[in-house]
Amino acid sequence: MKIIVGMRQLADLVEELEVADSEVDIDRDFVKFVSNEWDEAALEEALLIKEAVGGEVVVVALDEPDVDQTLYSAIAKGADRAVKIVGVEEGWTPTRLRAQLLAKWLESEGSWDAFFTGVQAADDLDGQLAGLVGATLGVPHAAVVSKAEPEGSSLRITQELGGGTLAESIATGKVVLGVQAGRQAPRYAPITRIRQAMSTSSIEMFEAPEVDLGPGPKVRKIYPPQSKGQATMLDGDPVEVAEKIVELIRAKGLVR
Amino acid sequence: MPIGGKKQSPVAVELEEAVVVSEVSGREWDVSGAWNRMFESRVLTDYSYAKGLGKIAQLDGGESLEYCYGCGKCVPVCPVDLVSEYGPRKIHRKVQTGLDLFSADELWMCTTCGNCLRVCPKGVNMIEIMPAVREVSVGDAKVPDELQGIFEKTFRYGNALGENPRRRHAWTKGASVPVRVLSSDPTPVDVLFYVEDYWSYHPRGQQAAQAFSRTMTRLGVDFAILGAEEKTVGDSQRLAGEKGLFDALVEDVTATLGKYEFQRIVTPDPHAFNALVKEYPKRGFTYDVLHYTQLLSPLIEKMNFVNSIDKKVTFHDPCYLGRHNGEYDAPRRLLKAIPGIDLVEMGRCKENSYCCGGGGGGMWLDGFNSNHLSERLSERRVREAAGTGAEILAVCCPYEVSRFEDAAKSTGNEHLRVVDIAELLDEALGGVETI
Repeated sequence: MKIIVGMRQLADLVEELEVADSEVDIDRDFVKFVSNEWDEAALEEALLIKEAVGGEVVVVALDEPDVDQTLYSAIAKGADRAVKIVGVEEGWTPTRLRAQLLAKWLESEGSWDAFFTGVQAADDLDGQLAGLVGATLGVPHAAVVSKAEPEGSSLRITQELGGGTLAESIATGKVVLGVQAGRQAPRYAPITRIRQAMSTSSIEMFEAPEVDLGPGPKVRKIYPPQSKGQATMLDGDPVEVAEKIVELIRAKGLVR
Repeated sequence: MPIGGKKQSPVAVELEEAVVVSEVSGREWDVSGAWNRMFESRVLTDYSYAKGLGKIAQLDGGESLEYCYGCGKCVPVCPVDLVSEYGPRKIHRKVQTGLDLFSADELWMCTTCGNCLRVCPKGVNMIEIMPAVREVSVGDAKVPDELQGIFEKTFRYGNALGENPRRRHAWTKGASVPVRVLSSDPTPVDVLFYVEDYWSYHPRGQQAAQAFSRTMTRLGVDFAILGAEEKTVGDSQRLAGEKGLFDALVEDVTATLGKYEFQRIVTPDPHAFNALVKEYPKRGFTYDVLHYTQLLSPLIEKMNFVNSIDKKVTFHDPCYLGRHNGEYDAPRRLLKAIPGIDLVEMGRCKENSYCCGGGGGGMWLDGFNSNHLSERLSERRVREAAGTGAEILAVCCPYEVSRFEDAAKSTGNEHLRVVDIAELLDEALGGVETI
C-alpha cells in the first residue's frame, strides 16, 4: 500500500505569539515552527500500516520554516521519501491553497492508495485540509479518523462521529483521511537517525504550480482575545450557589 | 538488610510454571514451593551467552559487565538497591540468567552515580555499560515516554525543560546587578558563566543564578553569559543513551563557544562540568572549566561577610562533582567560611555520598522509576540530612534544590531548608539589599 502523508508547520506555542504590523497574520520573524501534532498522528498510522502489510510511505509538505527537520524526522521514523512543494509565497497559507497545491502534486505523483493528513491544525481557518484535497481530486474522504487498519487491499476505518459515537467502515480503492489520533503515540525518532537521514537522503522538490482558488473567506484582522472582566464570584454553601446558578441561567434565557 | 531499608519482596516468577497436569487424570498439581523442585538442574549453559552478556560485551563501553565475579561489594553501596532490588552484581547475574537488559526496566534505573565503580575490584563500569546499552535501545526507539519527551525538547529547544530559548536569560532581570550577554557585547571576558538549564529556567535555580551573579560582581569577577545562544551541554542526555543528541549538542555548543574570547568556563552544573572536562576533550574541544565553587573558594579572602547564618548545616556532595571529579573541598571551604554556620556531615558523604537520583537521566524518570522503588532516592537522602539535626541542607548542583525541596515536603521534613551554597554566600555577603 502506498500512503502519502501531508504534513504542515505551525507556529510553536512555546513562544508568545504577536500580531504582525499588517494585522492579518502573526509576526513570523520571531517564532519557531513545529510540525502539526495531528499530522504526526497521521504519519504514525501510515507507518503502522506499512509495517503490517508493506508498501511505501511518502511525506509531503509545503516549504515552510523548519520543515526540513520535520521531513527528515519522518524519514528517520520510517518514511521512504520526502517531498517539498517550493515556490509558495511566504506567510500564512490558506488551507484552500494548501489543498490545491497538494492535489496538484498528488496528481503528478500518479499512483497511490491513500492520502493521510491531520484532521485539523491550529491555523486552519477555512476548513479541513483532508476534505478539500478529497473534493479537489474526486476521491472519497473520511474525517476524524482514529484508526485505519489494513484489511486485504482495503482499510478498515474507525471515525468519531461526536456524542461518543464511533463508526466503522471499509474504504476500498483510493481514499483521503483526516486523522484525529493514531493507534499509538507517535514514535521516537532517535537523533542519530535524524542526522543520518540528513546526510544520506534528500528531499525531493516540486515547483508549486499556479492555482485558481476561486471565491473564499479573507482575513480582515487578527487580534488577541479581549478580556471583558465579567466574572462574578458566587458565595455561600454549595446548595445556595447551585440555586443562584440556576436562577442566573433562567434569567439569561439559556434554558427553555 | 540496609539500615532502615524497605526491601521490596522478591517477585515469584515461577508460580505460573509450577503447575503440572497429570497425563492420566488431567488433574492439576500445584508444585510451587515443593521441596523436590530444589533438585531441578539449572546451569548457566542453559542460557544464551550471545544474547546476554556477549551482546553487551560487544558494545563500545559494554565490555566490563562480564568481568564481574560476583563479590557483591557494589550492592550495599548502590543507592538504587537501598530502595529496590538493584546493583551491578544483581544486574550481571540477571543478564547471565536470561534478562534482556535492552528491553528491561532495569536499564533505566541506574543513575550512573559511580559508587559501585569506586569499590569494584574488577572495574565493572556501569557509567559506560548503561549508556552503551541505552544507546542501542534508544536507536530502536525503546525509550520510556517521559525520557522521550525530554530528548525531543532538548533537540528542539536546546534545554530539557522545553522552555523558550529566547527566555534563557530572563532571570538576569532579577539579579540586581548587570549581567553581560556576549551576543550584545562580544568583547573578551575572563569568566564565561555557563548557566545551564535549571539555573536558567527553574524558579529556584534562577534565584541561585541571581545570587551567584551578585557574588561575582561583589568580588570583581569579569563575567558574561551566552544568553539565548546557550544550549545545554547535554551530559545527562548522553548518559541516558541519546548519544546522537549529545553529538548534535557538542557541535552547537562548541560552535557558539568558538565565537567568543574568554579565559575560563564556570558552571554551576556538575553534569555540564563533567562533560566539558571529560567528554568534550575526547572530541577535540578543551576548555579551562571550573565548577562555581572552585571559582569562589580561592576568593574567600576577598569576601566581606556582613551577615551571620547561625544554623546547623549539612552538605550533599553531588555525584558528578565529588565522586566523578574528585572535588570535595571547595564547597566545604565556602560553607565553613560563612560566619555562624555549623557544618555537620551526613553518614554518607564525600566518596560515599548518597545519590539524589537525578543523574544519568533519573531526573526525568520519576514516574517510570516510581513503579520500581519503595521511595525516591531524594527522599532517602533528605531523611538522612534531617537525621543530622541540620536546619539547612546545602547543595551545589542545580538538579538538587527542586528534588530535595519536594522530598522534604513528601517526607514531612518541611523544616529542612534546601539552599544552594551560592544563595547562602549571597545572604552572608548582604544579599540584594546591600548590592
